[in-house]
Amino acid sequence: MVQVTLWGSLRDAAEGETVVEVEARNFKQLLEALQARYPGLKPQIERGVSLALDGRVYREAWFTEIGPDSEVVLMPYMKGG
Amino acid sequence: MNKPTDIKTDFKILGTRVARPDGIDKVTGRAQYGADFTLPGMLTGLILRSPHPHATINSIDASEALALPGVKAVVTHDDFAPQDDEFMRDVADNCLARGKALYHGHAVAGVAATDMATARQALKLIRVDYTPLPHVTDVDEAMKPGAPIVQDGRRQENVTGDVSDNTTMYTEFGHGDLEAGFARADHIIERSFRTAATHQGYIEPHACVASMTSDGKADLWCCTQGQFFVRTLCAGIIGMDASQLRVTASEIGGGFGGKTTVFIDPVALALSRKSGRPVKIVMTREEVFRATGPTVSSSSTVKIGMTSDGRITAAHGRFRYQGGAFHCETVSFGAQAAFAAYDLDAVSAEGWNVMTNRPKEAAYRAPGAPMAVYAVESVVDELTQHFGLDPLEVRLKNAAREGTKSSYGPTFDQIGLVATLEAAQKHPHYTAPLGENQGRGVSCGFWFNFGGNTCVSLNVNEDGTIGIIEGNPDIGGSRASISMMAAEELGIPYENVRTIIGDTASLGYNDVTDGSRVTFAVGLATIEAARDAIRKMCGRVAKIWDIDPEAVVWKDGAAHPSGPNAGNFDPMTLAEIAAVASETGGPIAGHYEVNADGAGVSFGVHLADVELDPETGATRVLRYTAFQDAGKAVHPDYVEGQMQGGSAQGIGWALNEEYIYGDDGVLQNAGFLDYRVPVASDLPSIEPVILEIPNPGHPYGVRGVGETSIVPPLAALSNAVSRAAGVRLHELPMSPPKVLAALKG
Repeated sequence: MVQVTLWGSLRDAAEGETVVEVEARNFKQLLEALQARYPGLKPQIERGVSLALDGRVYREAWFTEIGPDSEVVLMPYMKGG
Repeated sequence: MNKPTDIKTDFKILGTRVARPDGIDKVTGRAQYGADFTLPGMLTGLILRSPHPHATINSIDASEALALPGVKAVVTHDDFAPQDDEFMRDVADNCLARGKALYHGHAVAGVAATDMATARQALKLIRVDYTPLPHVTDVDEAMKPGAPIVQDGRRQENVTGDVSDNTTMYTEFGHGDLEAGFARADHIIERSFRTAATHQGYIEPHACVASMTSDGKADLWCCTQGQFFVRTLCAGIIGMDASQLRVTASEIGGGFGGKTTVFIDPVALALSRKSGRPVKIVMTREEVFRATGPTVSSSSTVKIGMTSDGRITAAHGRFRYQGGAFHCETVSFGAQAAFAAYDLDAVSAEGWNVMTNRPKEAAYRAPGAPMAVYAVESVVDELTQHFGLDPLEVRLKNAAREGTKSSYGPTFDQIGLVATLEAAQKHPHYTAPLGENQGRGVSCGFWFNFGGNTCVSLNVNEDGTIGIIEGNPDIGGSRASISMMAAEELGIPYENVRTIIGDTASLGYNDVTDGSRVTFAVGLATIEAARDAIRKMCGRVAKIWDIDPEAVVWKDGAAHPSGPNAGNFDPMTLAEIAAVASETGGPIAGHYEVNADGAGVSFGVHLADVELDPETGATRVLRYTAFQDAGKAVHPDYVEGQMQGGSAQGIGWALNEEYIYGDDGVLQNAGFLDYRVPVASDLPSIEPVILEIPNPGHPYGVRGVGETSIVPPLAALSNAVSRAAGVRLHELPMSPPKVLAALKG
């Protein structure tokens, strides 16, 4: 199981939790698992999210592997100027 | 995914200050900017803009305009393809209004004529029937229940509470128990702040030439930060295949985020399609102010608790941004960046985006971060004053470092904030004496930095020189830094490498030049493309020597036998290998395509000294020093230029720049005479101090450096002015009337 930290305003879409656990070995599986378990997260995931894995931000990269002890944080889709 | 295991630290070319490849062209006027391009038979395109800040468009009658001799086409939103995607629909609706004009200056129709005078006359002959609607331009007013609604149906599912439907999104980041944290504080300060919308202030207005032929193929030449994204947007809006649209980026006269989208390009394409002739559109400066994308304006409230020895116990920020007449997500970056410099047990940053009848926001250098950090750093400074503590000591005591759980979620790895704070502390600027009416301000700043989609082709020319094609317009010296990294990896002189920016038919998709990504991501791809070419060259040499490819190594620009067992061969230089490429298998090239990850975050610390004129309220910046972690500074001149440029823009934002709206919803200062960017005589010599804490995500340790430098100046200046004035200021810009009012109490 992978522990995923959500940002605070997603709490209501995840049964009041900001840290949730899903079964996933990479980012694609993780996003699919999150939407399946918490349908309320689907609108935000469809609008776009980034993922931070052990402190590094990934904007896409479905097949980035997630280790059992990795820190995974869901973030809004990032852009710059 | 990129995870370099070994970071190179010993360089021959990186870190030197080689001649910039675009220098001669730019100082002699030979460089080709967007407005410099022409084609035979080209028409002049102009845009008709709404005279109302908010109005229903009942009808558009172009018959009189089309009857005017010399007028070849008129287009409206009906000439665009229908859009299913909300993002694309917003971009299209901003390029030409669909049913409603959402801000004063909103594009309503485009005209193409044989000359400028005819096009201007034609604009006057287009009859638009409007029904004016109530408007709102202030973020707090727009958020109130009962405010005029800019667009219906844009409120996202997570917006709750008694706010108007202009409030499109709510976001919150943080961790810990705020109540318990504030209970531990010896003193709590809560303040509200406002910042004005500012423009990127690029010198070159938007310009493009579009040429579409009757068989559906099109070319577009334009000034942009991302020709591939322009292709995506224009092909979608016009309704054509990406393969049939080739976009070529011109030299760019500044962008800073403002050229990451389109305003005129789809209109020019639609006019060209309709007229069958090439069409050129060049914005005036007034149009740039009224109808391109400034940054957001903000209204924020920040509450921080601190112990008497300077430890922050809890921090809570509420940030309300308006990004114009469309939904925008910039507030989420502000909320994430607000407290990133601090290691906090209890923190919460909330953000709301609000629509107003203003132009659609575009990115501006570290979008969303400067105004949030301004509010936070102002309260931190006031707390240090309250306790009589040293501002840098307090920041060091609370500084985020490796292992800190950031305020926006992830745990930091190697970051350079402590090093920049310590460098600022040791710098003579920090202890230099101050005179009467003078004050010194300090601020930290932060930006995320990104990687993204990147393709590079590296061609080994027959004479042993190197040609590189990359897909990101050079807005900050990337052609030099890319050539330097290629030369470093190949072991050849910098002068042997030339990097050009390819059009959209030359390479696979490249993300926009934004997010401080290019030197990091394109550099990474260039190093890998060079390694690909090296592998191929070693393979050719192995065949010549009739040994295994593994027995050939690359060193100092030449292939060598890996050791005595490999055989006794004289090294073959890159030029010697290139000279026999035809005989050994044909042209040699290296390629690399990646969605680059691993861009490290960046921190900066700025010191500002100011002097106030008690008679006029004018602020003079006396001394300014910027400290920033650059990872590895590939070309120090350019890194320093980024630090100085961001500081200068931040100084302008802090002291003078603002979009001023009248009650009529009309921008009152749409020109550089009334919208005052700092000029050289307004600025001191800005001293950049580069720190090099290698980014573990890049083979040479490179971090993005382009955006962080605009984050600290707002608070550094506000803290300096507040200390000089003896009273805290809470609104930007700190123009002379506001400072004078503060001085007079």
